[in-house]
Amino acid sequence: MNHSSEHVPPPPPRGPAVNLQIHYGGIEAVKGISFAVEEGEMVCLIGANGAGKTSTLKALARMIPAQGEIHYGTERIDALPSHELIRKGLALVPEGRGIFARLTVAENLAMGAYHRDDKADIAADLERIHALLPRLRERASQVAGTLSGGEQQMLAIGRALMGRPKLLLLDEPSMGLAPLMVEKVFEVIRAVAAEGMTVLLVEQNAKLALELCSRGYVMESGTITLADNSAALLADPRVRAAYLGE
Amino acid sequence: MDILLQQIINGLTTGSVYAVVALGYTMVYGVIQLINFAHGEVVMIGAMVAFAVITSLAGSALPPLAIVLAGVLAAIPACMAIGYSLERVAYRPLRHAPRLAPLITAIGMSIILQHLALLIWGRNPLAFPQIIDNPSFTIGGAAISGVQISIILLSMVMMGGLSWFVYRTRFGIAIRATAENVHVAALMGINANRVIAATFVIGAGLGAVAGVMFGTYYGIAHYTMGFTLGLKAFSAAVLGGIGNLPGAMVGGLLLGLVEALGTGYIGEFTDLCRWPGAGSGAGWMGERCADGGHFVLFGSNYQDVFAFLMLILVLVFRPSGLLGERVSERA
Repeated sequence: MNHSSEHVPPPPPRGPAVNLQIHYGGIEAVKGISFAVEEGEMVCLIGANGAGKTSTLKALARMIPAQGEIHYGTERIDALPSHELIRKGLALVPEGRGIFARLTVAENLAMGAYHRDDKADIAADLERIHALLPRLRERASQVAGTLSGGEQQMLAIGRALMGRPKLLLLDEPSMGLAPLMVEKVFEVIRAVAAEGMTVLLVEQNAKLALELCSRGYVMESGTITLADNSAALLADPRVRAAYLGE
Repeated sequence: MDILLQQIINGLTTGSVYAVVALGYTMVYGVIQLINFAHGEVVMIGAMVAFAVITSLAGSALPPLAIVLAGVLAAIPACMAIGYSLERVAYRPLRHAPRLAPLITAIGMSIILQHLALLIWGRNPLAFPQIIDNPSFTIGGAAISGVQISIILLSMVMMGGLSWFVYRTRFGIAIRATAENVHVAALMGINANRVIAATFVIGAGLGAVAGVMFGTYYGIAHYTMGFTLGLKAFSAAVLGGIGNLPGAMVGGLLLGLVEALGTGYIGEFTDLCRWPGAGSGAGWMGERCADGGHFVLFGSNYQDVFAFLMLILVLVFRPSGLLGERVSERA
């Protein structure tokens, strides 16, 4: 089933791609959680609105202060400033997409590759992303704020991919999108993961997320209450009752 | 002489200077929503440094143009250093403070810079040495001087250069991205501190040239010159839509034109003798107006009123400025 492993040669010591323990005190408190994502894996973090999922991703991307340790590969990244993370290979597609609305689609994508200097490779990546998301080529010179919600989400994902991340963090990519668009966005995520990208997906739509990912964590009021592979979680009566509406 | 055309030429000249100074306000505001009220003082320091260099070289064998150029080239790095220091010392520590704190700091820095200039250059107006011939040309019944032509052209070049930089280069796009969302820009690997420092440095560099242009045009430099000039350029930035680069350019030119035309015509329009019925009757009014006499209420000494009148009108009727977007709350 997991044919993605064929595309990625397993790295010698398969340490955790990311391993995080954080405490975040705030309005939306994260009380102390710990989870790990292995390289090449696709993991989701599901839970109700306000459970602390977005705070967790933001803490991981160093956008909000948090206490605790974040290990990425063999390094601790919890003291790094936010703008250093993409250089380490960690990209976040933020909640609400966070595109630069006044910049053109092409400029948004160029900003995704801001930290890179390999011009030829950037051009090749742009070509690849245009092939994956043809709409972005059509709208290249359009101001991003005029795109539809789905197109903006595609742009946000494309922009993150322009940074050649090793770990892609996605925060609620289905939010505010029509069901048909959600499907398209998830197809893109699936295609990206099939190329061997490590993905951590935060999603309210538990069914979609669990069907896409191999493992999942369930978050409730700031703590992780369940952790298992997706099939088990999909069958778990607690998950079915709380998140799958059954 | 054609007064209308003459005032338009004068207006374009001062307007160009306002526009270049306004860019400094608007760039910084666009990125960190701070009104750097010390920017006018940076412009003043630019004029002062150029004055010092030009007067010290004025007796030398160097060609006059080279001397002026040396003055400009000395003023630019001096102002850039001040702009950078302002951000680093005064504003960065207050980045996350309530918005009133950096505003008050800006006013404080403005006072400090003014008094620094007072200590160095004294309280008397300094006459810019006129070492370059300033030929005058006549077009359509109006006179335009070599200095005016240089100011207008140089400003156009600087505005064009800045636009190219901000809209076409990678770092320029990063500045605009940071202006829009600093947190997401950081996710792209953009170092916000570097971008913010750059806007201060670029604005100060432009301001340095503007200061030299202003000093050369009026022939004097004074430690308080940055205050009014700064306020007018700030008004120009608000007029165009603060945070908006084309807005600052349009606002500056428009403000210069309004000011020049207003100053040129206010005497005529407020001359009571020209008002119908006022000067024709008997009594002291008629006496005063007889034989082409004047009774002018407001003269050209009201020059400074127009910029602030415009500021008030914009704030009342179109607070987002001419080219500004409606301000929306950020998520």
